[in-house]
Amino acid sequence: MSTEEKPKDYSESPINLEYFYTAGSATTRFLNQVKEGKLVGQACPKCKAVYVPPRGSCPRCGVATNIEVPLTDKGCIESFTVVHIPIPGNPIVPPYVCAMIRLDGSNISFLHLIQGVDIQEIRIGMRIQAVWKPKEEWTHSLENIKWFAPIDEPDIDVATLRFKES
Amino acid sequence: MKKVAIIGYAQHPILSNAGALNEVELIMPVVHHLFDGLGIDQKNIDFTCSGSCDYLQGAAFAFVEGLSAIQTNPPIKESHVEMDAAWAMYESMLKIQMGDADTALIYGFGKSSPGNLDSIMSLQMDPYYISPLWPDRVSLAALQARVLLDKKIVTKEQMLSAVIEARVNSKNNKNALINDLIDESTYLEEEIISSPLNAFDCPPISDGSSAMIIASEEKAYEYTDKPILIEGIDHRIESSNLGSRDLSSSKSLQASMDHLQLNNFEFDVAELHTQFSFELPFLRSLLGLVDVPTNLSGGPLVGNVMMCAGLDAIGKTYESLKQNDLHRGLAHASSGPCLQHNMLVHLEKKQ
Repeated sequence: MSTEEKPKDYSESPINLEYFYTAGSATTRFLNQVKEGKLVGQACPKCKAVYVPPRGSCPRCGVATNIEVPLTDKGCIESFTVVHIPIPGNPIVPPYVCAMIRLDGSNISFLHLIQGVDIQEIRIGMRIQAVWKPKEEWTHSLENIKWFAPIDEPDIDVATLRFKES
Repeated sequence: MKKVAIIGYAQHPILSNAGALNEVELIMPVVHHLFDGLGIDQKNIDFTCSGSCDYLQGAAFAFVEGLSAIQTNPPIKESHVEMDAAWAMYESMLKIQMGDADTALIYGFGKSSPGNLDSIMSLQMDPYYISPLWPDRVSLAALQARVLLDKKIVTKEQMLSAVIEARVNSKNNKNALINDLIDESTYLEEEIISSPLNAFDCPPISDGSSAMIIASEEKAYEYTDKPILIEGIDHRIESSNLGSRDLSSSKSLQASMDHLQLNNFEFDVAELHTQFSFELPFLRSLLGLVDVPTNLSGGPLVGNVMMCAGLDAIGKTYESLKQNDLHRGLAHASSGPCLQHNMLVHLEKKQ
């Protein structure tokens, strides 16, 4: 056996930093409502666009979104993808569906899971509703919603959802 | 080449802990204040550039989130520096000089309260030999302070008066975080953190944001009769290898002064990005500012928002020239350990 060591072309220097993360006052207001099982968007005082989840500002107008807008947990699928590759640490077994969810009354969509339906059936414009975890498991997280599942309502033409300035 | 003028500057009150306010919520009111003061909005801005550090937020591409503070739809021309916003100002100035823009918005933001600033700042060092040792920012500054004291380039008395004067001058700065005065005995009794530095010699952990608007000289006349022009700007860097540096001088700073022809130049006012007490007498001596009113805002010792404090030095110099019958100002921004990077900005008010 050779005693010669191979030249080392890398060195490891692990970094561990701890942070006290703050969501921001706008997102805090939203997450406090999510804890209660409510989805409350925020509207721009200028263009009236409704954002959920709210980031606290309107990119169209550059102002704070200071109007609270209670929303339903129903909406439609704006776009979706079927995930076939397992992601390390993710307990969900592929294939599964990630979709951009557009809640009724909102002007932006957010990412969540679609379940309770055959993958072949999923389509853009399909009507869906949140399936919540049991109330005692609710925290300050959109994970309070297990997934969205289809409901028996006619599809929506997503082109009609495009924001129109009032 | 086109001349560039500063036409506005605003600063968030410096906080020790902004709490639930996130970076966007710190930036937005400052930008609005600036826009409202000039009667303009984002549509009047040709180029936007920000300065911040993702390590402060602890998230990759965190600076992109900062853009939520401004109007980005319809799309804007935008850039970012992973440095103090003073360097965002430099980039914006070049953009105007090249004729790509007539106006630029610059903003910087930083919250030091959520993480451990000592650990975070040690990551700016050489990743093979120095960062794995986690040298904290105070100890690195202390290395330089010790060299300067031993060589009698800076005295303990100068450090003491830098601390006392910063607190006295904080009365000129409505956004200062620290404004209580201290006396000599309080300073001398304070426990040493990293010899020879005690807590008063070090800047406070600070959260905040700042913004500035610059414009080509022609454009600046639409907003003011006496534009404050950037007459000269120069940024140079010492070696990243601390062991190969002479910490008792700064060849790169001298090179900047030669380049900008500032030797024996008479300034009316100066603001220096001196985070530690000993840096003020050191730089005043190197820059020939011994008789020039310096850090009238109190400087970083009364509020030191990371990624803003350099821009603030430029902004405070601008404010001094604008509000007083003063004509020539020098601003300084720094970055890296032991004043590794230095940027000099020579400002002049048009008569």
